[in-house]
Order: sequence, then structure tokens, then C-alpha cells
Amino acid sequence: MRDRGSAFLMAPALAWLAGLMVVPCALVLALAFFRRGLYGGIDWTFTLENLALVFDPLYGGILLNSARIAGLVALIAAVAGYAAAFAIVSRPRHWQPVLLFLAVLPFWSNYLIRTYAWIVLLNREGLIVQAARWLGRDGALPQMLYTEGAVIAGLVYAYLPFVILACYAPLSRLPRDLAEASRDLGGSGFTTFRRITLPLTLPGLAVGAVFVFVLSVGNFVTPALLGGGQFQMVGTLVYAQFLTAGDWPFGAALAMVLMAVMMLLLVAQTWVAERGTGGRRDA
Amino acid sequence: MPDSGAGRLVLLILAAVFAFLYVPIAVLVGLSFNASGLPTAWTGFSTRWYAALLQNGEILGAARNTLIVAAASTAIATLLGTALAVGVELRRRRSRGIEALIFAPMIIPDIVLAIALLSFFSLLRIPMGLHTIVMAHVVFNLAFVCAVVRARLKSFDWSIVEASSDLGASLVTTWVRVVLPVIAPAIVAGALLAFTLSVDEFIIAFFTAGAGRASITLPMQVYAMIRFGVTPEINALATLVMGASLVALALAQRLNRRTLGA
Amino acid sequence: MPPFRTLGAAATLVLGLGGSAAAQTLVISNWDGYMAPDAVATFTAQTGIPAELVLHATNEEIMGKLIASGGRGYDVVFVSSPFAEILNTLGLAEPLDHAKIPNLANLYPEARALEHDPGNVFSVPYAWGTTGLCYRADLVPEAPDSWADLLSPDEALRGRTTMLATDRWLLAAGLLARGWSVNETDPDKLAQVRDDLIAAKRTLLAYDDTTFYAKLVSGEAALVQAWDGWCNYAIAESDAVRYVIPKEGSDLWVDTMVILKQSANKEAAHAFVNWMLDADNHRWAAENILYKVPNAPAMAALDAELIEAFPNMGITPAELLSYEQLRDVGEAQRAYSRTVTEIMAAQ
Repeated sequence: MRDRGSAFLMAPALAWLAGLMVVPCALVLALAFFRRGLYGGIDWTFTLENLALVFDPLYGGILLNSARIAGLVALIAAVAGYAAAFAIVSRPRHWQPVLLFLAVLPFWSNYLIRTYAWIVLLNREGLIVQAARWLGRDGALPQMLYTEGAVIAGLVYAYLPFVILACYAPLSRLPRDLAEASRDLGGSGFTTFRRITLPLTLPGLAVGAVFVFVLSVGNFVTPALLGGGQFQMVGTLVYAQFLTAGDWPFGAALAMVLMAVMMLLLVAQTWVAERGTGGRRDA
Repeated sequence: MPDSGAGRLVLLILAAVFAFLYVPIAVLVGLSFNASGLPTAWTGFSTRWYAALLQNGEILGAARNTLIVAAASTAIATLLGTALAVGVELRRRRSRGIEALIFAPMIIPDIVLAIALLSFFSLLRIPMGLHTIVMAHVVFNLAFVCAVVRARLKSFDWSIVEASSDLGASLVTTWVRVVLPVIAPAIVAGALLAFTLSVDEFIIAFFTAGAGRASITLPMQVYAMIRFGVTPEINALATLVMGASLVALALAQRLNRRTLGA
Repeated sequence: MPPFRTLGAAATLVLGLGGSAAAQTLVISNWDGYMAPDAVATFTAQTGIPAELVLHATNEEIMGKLIASGGRGYDVVFVSSPFAEILNTLGLAEPLDHAKIPNLANLYPEARALEHDPGNVFSVPYAWGTTGLCYRADLVPEAPDSWADLLSPDEALRGRTTMLATDRWLLAAGLLARGWSVNETDPDKLAQVRDDLIAAKRTLLAYDDTTFYAKLVSGEAALVQAWDGWCNYAIAESDAVRYVIPKEGSDLWVDTMVILKQSANKEAAHAFVNWMLDADNHRWAAENILYKVPNAPAMAALDAELIEAFPNMGITPAELLSYEQLRDVGEAQRAYSRTVTEIMAAQ
């Protein structure tokens, strides 16, 4: 009875997900094994060319480079986000929800608008240059917009709240007396952090970092707007294959790789999480 | 923590992070009231860009489309997502497959879902427009609604339902009187979350939109404005959109403090 | 793919989306600001045909959408001539019914016999011009006169130049600089051009197809690769902006109007094309977009002051025809795309 009712309740939503997520994604996977038509469209002949192309030096290089950029973004966001979450947790209890809310708030405002804000800040006649001029440091600043640095800053900005949120939960659950006990036993602040705090909160940090990496590597908007079209990320490539180059099968193959990387990272993150709980048992 | 060096370091980190998060936003809000509209000089306080915004038919049309998409996808997703949440929690056994299916829309990269749906609609020759954006948005929205409602259901005591039916209440009465009041705040919070996500969503909408202005949403309009050259109205628009998100989020937060993590 | 189509038909029926998608409103896709702002409204007012304008940023973008939708959803699209050729090759372009476009007679004879479509079988030229250098005379050390001035700029201009990002025009700059055809397909030459353009990339501010003139006006950029008409936008806002066709030459680009075969409003689509070719309407377009139009009476009626203010408006059809037109390069497009990707990926 309960299970029948359950099936009845789940059916519409699961059907929706099956029809509009599973089937389309399977279709994209399938597309990766066909040839492109000369001007776009699909020539229904089986081929492994597209997958091979993903690993050719040109595209493989773009993949590696975007992994490098996304890795840097994830690293910076992880460090800054963890520090921020740590700082929030060490404020008095009644302040924490407010601070967390404020930290996450920008995440909910329009992504494009937040990216645009960086154009206003960074461009050659932008606010940072204006400020420098006002301080009499005219000409001291290098080109900022349309650089890799701008892309990284924009991505960190976009996804930082995510890490803060992911790190806050485990940090706030951390019993305070644990840290105090460690100190009483003679552990230095850093030892306490390294041996107790970090292992216990690593899963949250890993979730945050993985998501930032995946979101960054698949992003095409920020490289386009803040990179001046000079930086190729996996997301940019996929976007181009579908909307400008008309090479859907290759775009599909790239998307497949993106999914595979994401799955690998999720598995790795689960592994870290399990090690984290192992640490808890030891502690 | 006493006001030691560490305490000061904590404050410094907080100040730096919040400055990083809020300076760009503050700049846009400030500019939206700048008479000249340019970032190069402050020429006095003015609301002229808001007035211009309200007369910009393209932006208003896009805003209308966004509201249609968000309202429709939120309505469908709230219905499906709530039913799904109750259904999953009702089940005695957990199914890994179902869990994965529900989790997937939240983690699948936008660009992948976007191209998958584009290929799907295009190869099936399904004409694209606002309705296809709605269909796409329901996919991730229902997953989020489901997650929020499930969090609330986790602490729900199913024996109450059984007790209620033992006492002779009909199934419908039991649900309306017993279960719904418990999960109602979560449903509303989930719906608000879904609405906010839908209003801001750009990539999937961009790929699944049809031809013509009829299916241009606000984020697509903003993207076009940034690419084709920006008018100062965009700052006013940004301020309004952020204000609206703030209100929606604060509301959701109040309704469902626990499930949203704060 | 018959199974797909059956499935699609079924899905469409189930979802209740059948049929009505083709509204009676004429859907026109054009670049932003490439028509008088009131053009569509005026057309509707004069003909009673409801119409709406959609924008695309680049040829590639609208082509992507057209190929994805099988040419559905649009009635008239504005694309550059190589892309009009592709639409024709793919069978997406409707053969034009000249009886419904009497204003074709207004076109210059040269514009009726363009290489890509002699006799205007599937496309009607809307605007044409050259690609060259647009610069701020007050910010460049000396006036540029060669593609080399863009590709290996003066030290003072490092980080202050932009180039067009779309495959054909980006490569055209490199090809022209070496004195080669803008439709060159020789792999060795393309490799050479790739290396030149990678070297040039290190000196660029950005690749930009849509806002380069704004960067010029604000002073962010000092020298940009530009279509002549788009340089005029900058000239309109700044006295210091000049346009020059480099001594190695330019391409002749032709932006055209194409009616889609899948259009459900072909009568109205022809009416729109004809309306646009009307001498007054086409002149009004030229005055608004500051691009040359291939319409003899329209150009003759242009204000002389306009040509004085924007000298490139005065380039004659004969001079335009002295440049090579961009053509669809067919199979070699793959090599073009790859070359451009290689340039974009280079650090």
C-alpha cells in the first residue's frame, strides 16, 4: 500500500526526468559517435573520430588548459571560502546566520549581471583605473580586463559563496570542546587545525571545490565576457560546436568528456568524504 | 574566541571576503543612480535610468517572458517535486537508481543539459519557444523542490499517518490535515527557490529558446546588452533584479531556516 | 532519419504543440542596429503585415540556429554572402520570385551579378563594403596603412588593438597581409597565416565583433579591425576616428537578405524584401546604419554632407568590385575552423 502510493507519487516527476533529462543526455552520448554534416547537422554514419579528436593535441591542450584555469579557480575559491566560513563560525552564534546569509546572497543574484560588474570595474577606463588615477598612480596598472586573471577573478566571484556554504555546515557542527581539548593536551593552534578541524571538515570543502571546478570548466559566459574571446574553456568549445561551428557530434563528444570528468571528481569526493568519517572515528 | 591576534585575523578575512563579494554589486547599484550613467564621472543623483528602463519595451517584454517561464516552471516543479519527495520518503527501501536520478539535475553541468535538450528538441522537430524553456527549467527546479521538501520530511513521523487512518480519517483528510501542514513551509520555500533559479537561469534558456523576441528571457536580454554594447539602463535593471532576488531569498529563508542551510 | 521524425510528430501532438507555432507574424533576424530602429514598425504600418525583429550577433550564430531548427521559425534572415551560399546549398533558402520584388531594379548592375549569386536567385544584397582599419588618430603614433600595422603593432599600441573573431574575417586579415586570396585553402598558407595571427594575438586587447567601436570611442582600444560602416559609428562619436583600407587591400563583403524555404509567410517575406529595396527605405536604412547600400537611387539621394562626414560611404561600386568577395569555401571550412581554434587556443 505504502509502496504503491509511493510509486504513484513519484511517477510523474520521474517520467519528466526520464523524458527531458535521461533521454536527451543519452541522445547526446549517441551523437558523439556520428559524423557531422559538412555545414552542420548530422551524417548518420558511425565513427570514433570525434572522441579521437578530443584527445588530439589541439583540443587536448584546450582541455588541459581549461582544467588548469578551473583548478586555479577551485583552489582560490576553496582557500578563500574555507577561510570565510571559518571566520563566520568563529563569530558569536547569533551573528552566524546573518553573516552566512550575506555571504550567500550574491550567489542568488543574476550571474550575468555579476559578471558585467567586473567589466565595469576592470576595463581600461573602469573604476579601478579611475581610482588609481585619482590616487595619482595613473598608468601604473597593467591591462586587467580580457586577461586570464579577469576570467579567474570572475569565476571565483561567481562561485565563492558556494564554497562558503559547503564549508559552513561541517565547520558549525564541529564541537568546540574538541579543539579546546586538543589545546589542553598541548596541541598548537595549527596542529589542532591540521589534525582535527581540517580532517573533519574536508568533505564539505571537497564538495565545494569539486562543484566550483565543474561549474568553471563548463562555463562559457565568463571566458567570453571577461576573456575578450581569447580564452577557450571546455564550455566555450562546446558552446561553439553547437551554436557557431555547427559540429554537434564533436560538441557531444566534448560534453561526454565533461560528464566523465565530473563523475570521476564526484567519486573522488565521495572517497574523501568516507575518509573524513573514518577520521571522525579515530578522533 | 578572545579579541586576540587570531580574532583580528578573522575580522580581516571577513572584511576582505565581504568587500570582494559586495564592492562590484555596490558599484552597479551606485551607477544606477548616476545621472550620466557612465562609470567615469558622478554627475548627480538621478532615477532617470529607472524611468528609461520602464519605457524600454524590449526589456519589459523579456521581463514578462521571464516571469511566465519562472511561474509556469515553478508551478509544475512544485507539484511534481513535492509528490516526488513524499513518494521517495514514503518508500520503505531506498533505491540508488532513483536517488541518482533525483540528484542528477542538480549536478549536471548546465551546458550539458542545454545541448542535450537542444539536440533533443531539434532532432524531434519540436518547435522551440517559451514552452521548451519551461520544460527544461522544470527538470532542475523539481529536483530542488524535492530536496527542500525531503529535508523537512526526514523528521516526519509516518506513524502519525497510520494513526490517523486507524482513527478512520480518509486518506485525503489525512494528507490535507496531517502531512501538508508539516511540509507546507518547505513547499513554499522550495517554490521560492525554484522561482529564483528560473528567473536567473541563462544557459539552458539560451539553448532551448525559439526564434524571435517571443522567447527572449531577461538573462538572455542582459547577455545581448552586454555583448552588443551596454546602455546605462542595465545598472538599474541589475539593481531591481538583485532587490527582487533579495526579497525572495529572505522570504524563503524565513520560511525554511533549516533546509536552506542557514 | 524517419524514426526520429515519427517520434517527433507524436511528441508534438502529445504536447499539443502542433501547427500553430508558425505564427502569422513575419520574423526577421538581423544584426543589432543594422536597420533603422523604426524600420519594422514602419513596414508594418505601411503594409499592414505584422513583423518582428530578432537580433543575432554573428553569421555563425544565426546559421547555428537555422541548422538546429531546420530553417524553421524565421522568415527573412540577414546573413553575409558566404552564409547565404550555404543556406542555398543546404536547401534552406527559398528561390526568390522576382515578380514579387520589382524593386530589384533599383540595385546597381554590379549588385545583381555578384559572384556568389549572379541574378539574385536566392539572395538580395542589402549592404556592402570593405574591411579595414579603424583607428584613433590621436592615439596612434602614425596613421596605419597596412595590415602589418595591426598584426605587428607599434610598441605603443600593444594591448590596444582588437580583431574580428569570426573565422572568415579573422583569417582574411592574415591572408590579405600576405597578399593571398581571402578564400585561400592551401594548408601551408593557412598554417603560415595561423602563425602570423598567433603572434598578433599576443599584442591584442581582445577579439571583438560587436563592441569594438565602443572600445575605440572610450579609448580602451586605439586601432581595430573593422567593417567600414561600423567604423562610422565610432566616427560619429569621436572626431579623432579614421577609417583606412590597408594598401594590401580588403575583402568585398556583401550582407544579404535571404527568405527561408520553411517560411510560412513567403508572400509577406517577399513584400518585406521589396519594401526594403524601395529607394527611400533603403536610403533611410543607409543613413541610419551608415553602411553603403547597393541601391543606385538610394545612394544617389544620400545627403552629400553624410558622405563628407563619413568618407567611406563614398566608396564607389567599381572600387568595391576591385576587391575579392568572400565565398563559401566548402570542405575547406573545416580547415578554417580548425585554424581559428588553433589561434584561439594559443597562449
